[in-house]
Amino acid sequence: MKRKIDRRTFVAGAAAGASAAVLARPAIAQGVSGNVVIIGGGFAGSTCARVLSSVPGNLKVTLIEPNETYTACPFSNLVIAGLRDIHQQEFGYEQLAFRGVKVVHASASGVDADKKQVTLSDGTSLTYDRLIVAPGIDIRWDGLPGYNEAAADIMPHAWKAGPQTILLRQQLEAMEDGGVVVMTSPENPFRCPPGPYERASLIANYLKTKKPKSKLLLLDSKDVFSKQRLFLNAWKELYGDLLEWVSLSSGGKVTSVDPQSMVLRTDFATHKANVANVIPPQKAGHIAEVAGVTDRSGWCPIDPVSFESRLRPGIHVVGDAAIAGAMPKSAFAANAQAKACAVAVAMMLADKPPIEPRLINTCYSLVAPDYGITVAGVYKPTNGQLLDIPGAGGTSPLDAPADFRKQEADYASGWFRTITAEVFG
Amino acid sequence: MVRLFRYAALGSLLALFMGAATVISLPAAAQSLVPPPGALSCTGCHPIDPKVNSPVTRLDGRDAEQITDAVLAFKAGKMPATVMDRIAKGFTDEEIRAIAAWYAKRKE
Repeated sequence: MKRKIDRRTFVAGAAAGASAAVLARPAIAQGVSGNVVIIGGGFAGSTCARVLSSVPGNLKVTLIEPNETYTACPFSNLVIAGLRDIHQQEFGYEQLAFRGVKVVHASASGVDADKKQVTLSDGTSLTYDRLIVAPGIDIRWDGLPGYNEAAADIMPHAWKAGPQTILLRQQLEAMEDGGVVVMTSPENPFRCPPGPYERASLIANYLKTKKPKSKLLLLDSKDVFSKQRLFLNAWKELYGDLLEWVSLSSGGKVTSVDPQSMVLRTDFATHKANVANVIPPQKAGHIAEVAGVTDRSGWCPIDPVSFESRLRPGIHVVGDAAIAGAMPKSAFAANAQAKACAVAVAMMLADKPPIEPRLINTCYSLVAPDYGITVAGVYKPTNGQLLDIPGAGGTSPLDAPADFRKQEADYASGWFRTITAEVFG
Repeated sequence: MVRLFRYAALGSLLALFMGAATVISLPAAAQSLVPPPGALSCTGCHPIDPKVNSPVTRLDGRDAEQITDAVLAFKAGKMPATVMDRIAKGFTDEEIRAIAAWYAKRKE
């Protein structure tokens, strides 16, 4: 009920603003008109919808998202560690609908860039003036021998939050003290570069607290990873021998898995797991490939000012699916990109050139519930890519007192509440 | 005309996006409502929604000089910070002033 009143005030306010503009500047009142279709209701797509819904004029904004509830990935490692309820990760699309976004709960099955048309799973189609593709990631089911969709029911990836997150949590709970948990981390690029290491930290925290005779092995396809020294220092300090990281050069690259025998193989060893969390290789969500906006890497090259596809004019790509230069595939980056993209799309629909953006990313990771660390960056279009602004960004200090780590953990929670309210609230 | 159109459209866009339900008085405030490059990234951490509970400072309606001084101090390493020292270094002093002015004008 309160929302209805807000809506009325909001509309009245917007209308009054528009009419004032009519008197002063005739062109202003025309606003922006057109038809924007957005595929994908995660942080990137929903942010685009939210911003575009506030553009004055006759802009029609349609969000295509099969799920009625979005389950957010950031903070889902806390759910896996038993420190947070999955329902705290869940968000609906009601507020976007309330703000005038047409939310269609269906899957996009086809895109015709020439006809500017999106086909839905129910056979209906939508036309657009500009299309925003924000499908996040898909798992490369052909990327790791033995790991397929059936295998994920036994060795969850939990790299898309939801049932997979709950499954991994249940497996950890069911495991006896003294068990071996094996995690794998893929080669770059993948969603949430510090994510595997935050997850390892929080699983180690759970084991240390509840099942101290257990062991966590993290098999890595890399020698170098995000916030590496901060993680390694904290692990040594907090978890000791309970958590063992095996780098690429130490033989950490997993070459095949066998879910039936719960075995993970590297070139040098065979590891038997009681619980296995396989974070597999990834690519842009399938619809990006269907739309013809992926290149041979499986990800989507974009213009760094407008986020328009380098391969298909009229289609923009934001979030994890995009090749965003130095920006990581994070919810913070997706949200920042989506705001810049939405403004660019509005400008382009009004036949105005988009403004060159400055973008920020801050990735918070929890090494323990009261121990937060960050990596940050500031980015601008440089030589056709979004690159780091030299001298800015970097990680939390290696030497910092406990209250500093606690403060970053508190800021992490604040960030999650802020960004989810901005996008879905 | 083109210029005014752009300012007004974006001014409204951001004002509405940020949840301001009140009338935007155009054209007086229009120009200052243009989001300078980088400004929109701030709201990932600095809450706009009054209902959000966060330890992070709110920027809306804060005095422009106060914001500018703080960010310049972060940039110079003269004020203790967790992450703002690293972020402030990515902006020129002019960009910081522009962002501060934009938030300062966003009084409800």
